Amino acid sequence: MAKYLLLKHYRGAPAPVNNVPMDQWTPEEISAHVQYMNDFAARLEKTGEFVDGQAVAPEGLWVRYDGEGRPPVTDGPFAETKDLIAGWMVIDVDSQERALELAGELSAAPGAGGRPIHEWLEVRPFLTAAPGGMECHAGG
Amino acid sequence: MDEALLRSLTPSVLTVLVRRGADFAAAEDAVQDALVEAIRVWPADPPRDPKGWLVTVAWRRFLDATRADTARRRREERVDEEPPPGPVPAADDTLQLCFLCAHPSLTPSSAVALTLRAVGGLTTRQIARAYLVPEATMAQRISRAKRTVAGVRFDQPGDVATVLRVLYLVFNEGYSGDVDLAAEAVRLTRQLAARVDHPEAAGLLALMLLHHARRAARTAPDGSLVPLAEQDRGRWDTRLIAEGVGILQAALARDRLGEFQAQAAIAALHADAPTAAETDWVQIVEWYDELVTLTGSPVVRLNRAVAVGEADGPRAGLAALAGLDAALPRYPAVAAYLHERDGDPTTAARLYAEAAGKATNLAERDHLTRQAARLNTRRRR
Repeated sequence: MAKYLLLKHYRGAPAPVNNVPMDQWTPEEISAHVQYMNDFAARLEKTGEFVDGQAVAPEGLWVRYDGEGRPPVTDGPFAETKDLIAGWMVIDVDSQERALELAGELSAAPGAGGRPIHEWLEVRPFLTAAPGGMECHAGG
Repeated sequence: MDEALLRSLTPSVLTVLVRRGADFAAAEDAVQDALVEAIRVWPADPPRDPKGWLVTVAWRRFLDATRADTARRRREERVDEEPPPGPVPAADDTLQLCFLCAHPSLTPSSAVALTLRAVGGLTTRQIARAYLVPEATMAQRISRAKRTVAGVRFDQPGDVATVLRVLYLVFNEGYSGDVDLAAEAVRLTRQLAARVDHPEAAGLLALMLLHHARRAARTAPDGSLVPLAEQDRGRWDTRLIAEGVGILQAALARDRLGEFQAQAAIAALHADAPTAAETDWVQIVEWYDELVTLTGSPVVRLNRAVAVGEADGPRAGLAALAGLDAALPRYPAVAAYLHERDGDPTTAARLYAEAAGKATNLAERDHLTRQAARLNTRRRR
């Protein structure tokens, strides 16, 4: 099994095919979209492949250390930041093919006119924390 | 297995151990062990005397842990003084336990976790699931909380207001996972209100019951939010409403008004109206005025603006909004609502979309996006 992060962006991904902002959909189209997303997560829970899913707010702050005894420096929110994450889903699947298949299904969520959004999702494999059971002797 | 019984016994079992001389932190751990054991064993082998069973198992666990601790301490050659055995609690043990778990030295999240475990009798796993954090994280939070209150004497009188704030937080968390935190908050507040002679405890209980009564009507089958005005009032729980109103009236009669009673009074006026159109908004505004006097909270002023908009028309509502900081949470949503009623769907749609971007939970975000979509769709037609 391997874990993959499916990342959804507010901004920064290539434009989807069905590119209409959500507040321009009909309320029924929004409901259909929400239903699709919920069903998708529920199905992955049933297959034992769902790990976590979260959405994050569009506005946040940049923060950095500013030296001993001082409060951290904050800046932003940066409206011009190119890449803005909207949320993610973590899945635990048998193969990269399966991860891509699932990302494809998620990208087919219905949007304006009830047609698939064809949204671009980023699929990123997790680096595993523990070394595997087999030791690698190459170069050793 | 009767989990409700198990949970209701928790605080008294805990106080038995403390009364026998166990310190609070160790006693609480031992009771938690006994609870987990009960959940495992009781379904197949229910005890004849549940409380006696819990006391016996918890006390045994406490002794085992203390012996292991003492041995370890000896090994480490430490001669730290044992804290003196806790004084025999005089008044109401469970109430003392509430004060300790809501102690002002605790952060709100710690007080909530400790209250749910020591008073509510929930397991760490259940609390962790309810708050969507890993079990190890919740276990740490609870043990840190216990270290924080380690020096507090068990018999010190506490402030009911701090306990009420903790219970209010639990109630507002709602429910996720297998534990219904709102119902749990109602249960604990009911216990508290029965123990203390405090109009605000009654006020909070009334407030919770009146809100809880509307719960079934508040979400559509697909999980989306249904605003108060559009709820099917036939689905409100009239038994809970009657109970809440009765408790509130008795509290108000004592003429010691507080924040929770005023909030409950507003909830009661909503519950009183057979239809949304028949709501007594004039009286609701008066209660908001009381609340503003009591709290001075800008959030209260924001909600007051909605009530003013209903009582005196949207222009008056917008005027009430004028003095408030636009950065307040839910400000754009309130402004959107008032602008729509004022016949300006374009501004309203823009503000609803802005409000959706600032929403702090998904159901609210989806609801606000739908409102923007509804107005935009209508304009296109």
